Amino acid sequence: MVAALRRLLPHLLPHLLPHAALALGAGVMLLPFYWMVLTSIRPPAEIFNVSLWPIPESFAGLANYARAASQAPMARFMLNGVIVCAGILVVQVLTAVPAAYALAKLKFPGRRLLLTLVIAALCVPIQALALPLFVGLAKAQLLNTYFAQMAPFFLSVFAIFLFRQSFRSYPDEVIEAARLDGFTEMEICWGLVMRGSLPALAAFSVFSIVAHWNDLYWPMIVVSDTALAPPPLGMLLFSDAESGADYGALMAGAAIVTAPMVLCFLIARRHFIAGITMTGVK
Amino acid sequence: MTPQSLDLVGIGKSFDGADVLENIDLAIRPGEFLSLVGASGCGKSTLLRIIAGLETPDRGSVAIGGRDVTEADPSDRNIAMVFQSYALYPHMSVRQNIATPLRMRRLPLAARLPVIGRLVPGLGATRREIASAVEDAAEALQIRPLLDRKPAQLSGGQRQRVALARALVRAPAAFLMDEPLSNLDAKLRAHMREELAGLHRRLGATFVYVTHDQIEAMTMSDRVALMEAGRILQLGTPAELYERPASLSVARFIGTPAMNLLPVEIDGAGRISGLGRDLGLEAPQGKRGPATLGLRPEDLRFVANGSPARILRTEHHGADRYVTLEILDRSAPTLTLRQRADEEPIPGADGTVALGFHAGRAHLFGADGARLVLRARRQVAA
Ligand SMILES: Nc1ncnc2c1ncn2[C@@H]1O[C@H](COP(=O)(O)OP(=O)(O)OP(=O)(O)O)[C@@H](O)[C@H]1O
Ligand SMILES: [Mg+2]
Repeated sequence: MVAALRRLLPHLLPHLLPHAALALGAGVMLLPFYWMVLTSIRPPAEIFNVSLWPIPESFAGLANYARAASQAPMARFMLNGVIVCAGILVVQVLTAVPAAYALAKLKFPGRRLLLTLVIAALCVPIQALALPLFVGLAKAQLLNTYFAQMAPFFLSVFAIFLFRQSFRSYPDEVIEAARLDGFTEMEICWGLVMRGSLPALAAFSVFSIVAHWNDLYWPMIVVSDTALAPPPLGMLLFSDAESGADYGALMAGAAIVTAPMVLCFLIARRHFIAGITMTGVK
Repeated sequence: MTPQSLDLVGIGKSFDGADVLENIDLAIRPGEFLSLVGASGCGKSTLLRIIAGLETPDRGSVAIGGRDVTEADPSDRNIAMVFQSYALYPHMSVRQNIATPLRMRRLPLAARLPVIGRLVPGLGATRREIASAVEDAAEALQIRPLLDRKPAQLSGGQRQRVALARALVRAPAAFLMDEPLSNLDAKLRAHMREELAGLHRRLGATFVYVTHDQIEAMTMSDRVALMEAGRILQLGTPAELYERPASLSVARFIGTPAMNLLPVEIDGAGRISGLGRDLGLEAPQGKRGPATLGLRPEDLRFVANGSPARILRTEHHGADRYVTLEILDRSAPTLTLRQRADEEPIPGADGTVALGFHAGRAHLFGADGARLVLRARRQVAA
């Protein structure tokens, strides 16, 4: 038995090693989530216990989750999150798809320059724009609105770039056949080219929804009203105001907030992975 | 729809400063099957795309049925195109693919929208007409059993048929085809060639057919336009191109095996000498200097008294035999002779043969490549 294993090991090792390394990486990434779930079912006395054993000495999950659900307007936060994420995603797709189609498939002067600008804009972080955006929104009396939370993200250069990469592989001759048949450019853009890139749409949707559902930075700048707060900001306001140091309830709230994202990914997983590998964006 | 004429006048096009088409004039008659042939990169596809409106010419004009369409959108030209890659809509079934050109023309935008389009009232009759036109086109190309499949589930030959059905469903002013058979295997290609020719006879429509395969062009066309480097070298019937090539380039391109080309010399009196002797042929006055004599393989023959040559190789092609020969003691290129398989080569006493040619069918090209008039002093020269 041991001898057989020793004989096999040199053959297995090259296969096992990469998987072991990836598993280790995944473990490191997942640890905080595990910790969050763990804390959400521990009683206050065990919060600072460093043990990773999954079963707490006394199970406080029910109490924690009940407290989180009753003390904070969780449903309100989630609804705000849904409104903001959906609003952002819809406008992003509506604007990015025609732009990406034009950059990928139409010939016009300045196309290369515009593409360069798109790639350059990928490098500008939201933090650099925060101040002018904030001042602009404040002057327009738009602070503390859904619009203020969504507006800076309506135009996504990342989406334009991702869709352009995906659209480029759509066969030109099909587009030309469509032009001969009398399709309008918008019908070609949405009905043929976008239709052929659904995995890219799924991938981008996951990126966008996760990013904006989890965003704390921008909502914190433009929203102070609890009734408009998306989940992370809501959790923050809630922990400040109500719970003090009730980490169990806080983590229970965080677990509730994270759950839709995990679901969203699981549903779109196949398309998401296909979209990522297809477009070559990582 | 009655077949329409296509008129191209002074078409020029360049990409990034490189001239791809230079001053193309081409008048295609209604109902004609015209092929554009030429080597890869000579601008055939570009010319076809200009006719279709997918590319705008830098100079010149395009008219369809006498109407100037140079500035018109592709969809306003009522032209159907079959692409080399077939260009079927990948997410639609065969039925929907064939119906699309009609739907786009006959249904308003709202009725074409997915799902809600069905709710637009008052179009039942139109939808039924479209459905029956699709059935007819599918019947004509024998693809009815495939109507509910997706393009990805079809073989190359089947996709080809669907593409043809989609083109002919709406009776266009003209059909444009860009190497539609090049992705098929040899047997299917020969079959589809026949079928396309039959389709053209049945429909009586104007066909413009792009190919780099001269056999396709010669077998199907009423006329052939031979292109090279963005120009039309010669426009004529297949027989004209074969029997009276206007230039050396045309002579080289048309015919398999290719025409034999011999370097010859014209003297001051117009006598032509080659292979170290007077060939018994006369060129027009004032054309003295080097020239090229062109001899089709079937116009070479074994004679009792001719240029001594040695047989290098014999290829059997069923009814025909191609014999590759080398002229003895000369730096002339090797020649190909074509004879019927039932003819016996005549071997000479020392294993060599004597080669002659049909002087009345020889072609003469001047130093600039242009065709020159040739007169034979004797019937068979050597
Ligand atoms: N969109 C374009 N941009 C730049 N150059 C082009 C473009 N389309 C064609 N060309 C160039 O124009 C020339 C003619 O191209 P075209 O496609 O018309 O050739 P073709 O005769 O159809 O060749 P083939 O038999 O290989 O299809 C080629 O040299 C090609 O590189
Ligand atoms: Mg081509």
